[in-house]
Amino acid sequence: MKFSSEFRRSELAQGLISRIHRRSKTPARLMEFCGGHTVAILKHGIRQLLPPTIEMLSGPGCPVCVTANADLDKAMALARVPGVILATFGDMLKVPGSYSSLQESKAEGADVRIVYSTMDGLDIARQNPQRPVVFLGIGFETTAPTFAASVLQAEQEGIRNYYILSQHKLCPPVTRALLDSGEVKLQGIVCPGHVSAIIGSRSWEFIPRDYGIPCVVSGFEPLDILQCIDMLLTQIESGISTVEIAYRRGVCPEGNQTAQELMDQVFEPCAASWRGVGIVPQSGLRLRERYRRFDAELAFDFDPGPTKEHQGCICGEILRAVKTPRDCPLFADVCNPEHPIGPCMVSSEGSCAAYYLYEVQGSTFKVPGFPVDRLLD
Amino acid sequence: MCLAIPALVKSIEGQEAEADMGGISRRISLWLTPEVEVGDYVLIHTGYAISVLDQEEAEETLRLFEEIAEAMEQAR
Ligand code: SF4
Repeated sequence: MKFSSEFRRSELAQGLISRIHRRSKTPARLMEFCGGHTVAILKHGIRQLLPPTIEMLSGPGCPVCVTANADLDKAMALARVPGVILATFGDMLKVPGSYSSLQESKAEGADVRIVYSTMDGLDIARQNPQRPVVFLGIGFETTAPTFAASVLQAEQEGIRNYYILSQHKLCPPVTRALLDSGEVKLQGIVCPGHVSAIIGSRSWEFIPRDYGIPCVVSGFEPLDILQCIDMLLTQIESGISTVEIAYRRGVCPEGNQTAQELMDQVFEPCAASWRGVGIVPQSGLRLRERYRRFDAELAFDFDPGPTKEHQGCICGEILRAVKTPRDCPLFADVCNPEHPIGPCMVSSEGSCAAYYLYEVQGSTFKVPGFPVDRLLD
Repeated sequence: MCLAIPALVKSIEGQEAEADMGGISRRISLWLTPEVEVGDYVLIHTGYAISVLDQEEAEETLRLFEEIAEAMEQAR
């Protein structure tokens, strides 16, 4: 068992696809919350394998994309503070804030370092004891515990030059905000797999309870996603909404309790600003009082300046699942991965980048081993 | 960004481990999964094991897919 290739077997996919075609009777709009799912669905050509009754919409689940310009500008301003080493995940480098990106800051002389893990951030802090190291804390519940662990480890080891800029965001509160807005009517939600590995599938129970919408937590292999859609259809057709897991090898109802405890020890919920959605109460994480000395926002004097939006970019509406990249007049024209206007075209999990890569460039539609024609009887 | 990849834990030293990710060896942190044992498959996210993969559940899921595939084949 490798826990990957087994979940790409085409003969098993065929069974699931046939069953989905057989079962799907009424039109259903499903939203995949997570950007990782958007990429997987486009990459494996899953949309083309589904019956016309099923519409897949992308949600706000790309941490890079939902970071508001005002927050991005803080990272750029911190990178300019003399002596500061700014550590970041690679996804953030090219994301345009109001005026520039970290990549541009780096070209202008800022010490911006791309790392893979908060462990690397701690390494940099150990190797440069005279210089402050600020780690740009972007991510959902999957990532936030790794930042909590790094803060606790820094405290344990007495590392005094390690800071984080916490812009972490929480998925259930923003999902509630989207559903409360009533802007988009959904018949089912594909819940994020790795966020749920941490918070547990039970964190989504409020959705069937309060909104009557079926939820299934999915993995990221093609069979996981097909199983998830099949399970959502079963719920939709039966009229019973609940939370189920199509990724049982990695997710359980309770989630990872160690990770939840660490996250809760170090962080507390706070209001956060989401691109396109605005301020959502209790949807962000900031350091608790006891760990405030690690907070880069309090430790440094910096001025991000006034914020400004990207003209013509509809990332906000795409993140709210009310529009798709194809609705953007700039898509694939002025805005492309070489010259991105908005973050949804920069991030590897952004909807615009995924549509561009897999639909415009046409590297999918024909997925080897997925003989579509045989399935449509 | 919430990408997590399965990896096989080869050896453990304190709160860190060596894991094999498709033939590549990597240092990972066990801060979030202290229960991990050598020989476990874990999901790695930004260098941290976030969950221990459950082999029995995986096999059960694949068996279910096989049943569905068979049933669909017969129904053709
Ligand atoms: S195509 Fe570009 S400009 Fe249009 S919404 Fe996407 S990122 Fe923004």
